[in-house]
Amino acid sequence: MLQTVERCGSHNVASSFPELYVKAFGLMLLSRVLDDKMAAFYRAGKIQGGVFLGRGQEALSVSVGLALRPGDVFAPLIRDGAGRLAFGEPVLDAVRTHLGSALGPMRGRDGNVHRGRPKEGMLAMISHLGAMISVVNGALLAHRFQQLNGLVGAASIGDGGTSTGSFHEGLNQAAVEHLPLVLVVANNQYAYSTPNQRQFACRDLADKAAGYGLTARHADGTDLEDCLRVLAAAVEDARAGGGPQMVVARLLRLCGHGEHDDAHYIDPQLKQSAIGRDCLAVAQERLLREGWADANAIRALRLNAAREVDEAVATVQREPPPDPYTEDWCALSSRHLSEGLQNPAFSAPPCH
Amino acid sequence: MSITYLEAIREAQAKALADDPRVFIYGQDVGAFGGAFKATKNLAQQFPGRVLDAPISEDAIIGAAIGAAIHGMRPIIEMQFADFSAPGFNQIVNQAATLFWRTQVPCPITIRLPSGGTSGAGPFHSQSLESLYAHFPGLIVMTPATVEDAYSMLLEAVAIDDPVIFCEHKRLYYHLKAPALPTEAMPVGKARIHRPGRDLTIVAYSAMLHDALAAAEELAGEGAEIEVVDLRTIKPLDTDTIMASVARTGRLLCVGESFPWGGVTAEVVARVATEGFALLDAPPQRLNAKDTPIPFHPKLWLGHRPTAESVCAAARNLLQM
Repeated sequence: MLQTVERCGSHNVASSFPELYVKAFGLMLLSRVLDDKMAAFYRAGKIQGGVFLGRGQEALSVSVGLALRPGDVFAPLIRDGAGRLAFGEPVLDAVRTHLGSALGPMRGRDGNVHRGRPKEGMLAMISHLGAMISVVNGALLAHRFQQLNGLVGAASIGDGGTSTGSFHEGLNQAAVEHLPLVLVVANNQYAYSTPNQRQFACRDLADKAAGYGLTARHADGTDLEDCLRVLAAAVEDARAGGGPQMVVARLLRLCGHGEHDDAHYIDPQLKQSAIGRDCLAVAQERLLREGWADANAIRALRLNAAREVDEAVATVQREPPPDPYTEDWCALSSRHLSEGLQNPAFSAPPCH
Repeated sequence: MSITYLEAIREAQAKALADDPRVFIYGQDVGAFGGAFKATKNLAQQFPGRVLDAPISEDAIIGAAIGAAIHGMRPIIEMQFADFSAPGFNQIVNQAATLFWRTQVPCPITIRLPSGGTSGAGPFHSQSLESLYAHFPGLIVMTPATVEDAYSMLLEAVAIDDPVIFCEHKRLYYHLKAPALPTEAMPVGKARIHRPGRDLTIVAYSAMLHDALAAAEELAGEGAEIEVVDLRTIKPLDTDTIMASVARTGRLLCVGESFPWGGVTAEVVARVATEGFALLDAPPQRLNAKDTPIPFHPKLWLGHRPTAESVCAAARNLLQM
């Protein structure tokens, strides 16, 4: 992941908060432009499978990615396009995985948000919510065995994911082992169509932290500055040996669960409330108000983002899809132990 | 001087820890206590910091093993009983088993499953889940039936770059003995002809090998020469050795302790029927446990699983076909 070094942790060398803010805004914008492009391709029938957007969650997500450094571990979830870019994922990885290019990191074997480069710290999520938390814990345990100090791991989860057994097991495990885990809960009010009141009965998801011996931080998911500061503090505490940290951000999902979903069930009052604000618009307003960027600079950022996405799409559209005839159909790294390669009945050529 | 099946498992883990700094053990009560069956006895003292007690969180235990493996470690996980791998099932079949295929990053984890029935253990401490895990691509499933295999195959499991489900049979833990630990081993994925014969092939694995051998001995007294094949690993399944044996005997009985619907015995019969139909002199037979949960009472349990007697009866029947 060549861009990892370039992008990751760049806020640490940012000379000022405004510089960091502009950097974060640029990544949020790039993520939004990329999302919009993937949504357009979905509507045009050019994407197999689903498309899941991070619309409305960019401020939180980018803040996670920017707080991490090379060597850290990140388990993004479906709405973490901005955090992925901030952690160093190339735009090409996203486009290749969505369009099913054989040259992408998943080579057509998995799609859309199920992408990653685990050896480089970016885990490839499975669909089962909460399952990535303990995997991050394991990576952090490995770091402990290897005496790699000062590295953290971040995992994203939503309000719905906090109801899973894996969430409980993972957070408890991190607490027992005192691991530098940063668990970021994006409470976007709906798990697919299920609202908070059918998801949990505690007053606030942050209350769950007490059960694991932790205190949780709150973040306003619509406010980039708040997200940047809260995530930076949480990651810093984890890095300094303070054990697992939990951040709960309130925001609203400004899209369907996936692009197949019109989200008609979202309460109109929530859309009008403070959490219904678009974090990208709020951040842009702030940039202009503070004079950290002018309209021309923002226009240039937008054009650059569009160009980067368009170039990636143009590249990927010329790339080959996976080929079932050359696919090796081997699920094991130890090829000599593969049933698929040994048993003719398991490896019949695909039908025309 | 002799060594038990359980001691062989402990010794293999001690050797793995001693030989490779990437190896660690994680599971419930495996630390100072030495494990529910004492398979990790003294290892925490011998290898400080490398044998970790886990909370009762099978999902998180497996998940952490996967994360550690991605980052260069080679964890050995003890599920206290095979039955308790059920809460960790998702991580095993969806995370560990898919990782290499999806990302090209290997997942070298060994998951030890103390498997199979023992007297009085009941529905939740007796299961044999090898068929379940073998169903999923991306896993290797070992079912050692001898002390020597328990030792050498566990070491192989740790060395393999893929997730290995290591089904060790609890009924063999204390009673099965060998004079010494082995110094050489058969390759993983190869079945062994444990007893040669020419009249009928019994394919077995794990503890059922010993019931099959007892049945073969009994039938020898009746003039029948039974060949007994020990599968050793059920995935990959050594079809060649099975087929070669059936080519010699013309008759196949496959025996497994797990539930009857599908599974290892069905797979073996299916392969022989599809690839070696012409070798058969009689319809291939299979014998499994009954299609109910595993009963607690020893009298019911004896009627639930295959035994030397029921294997003998099935073989006798097949010889007359």
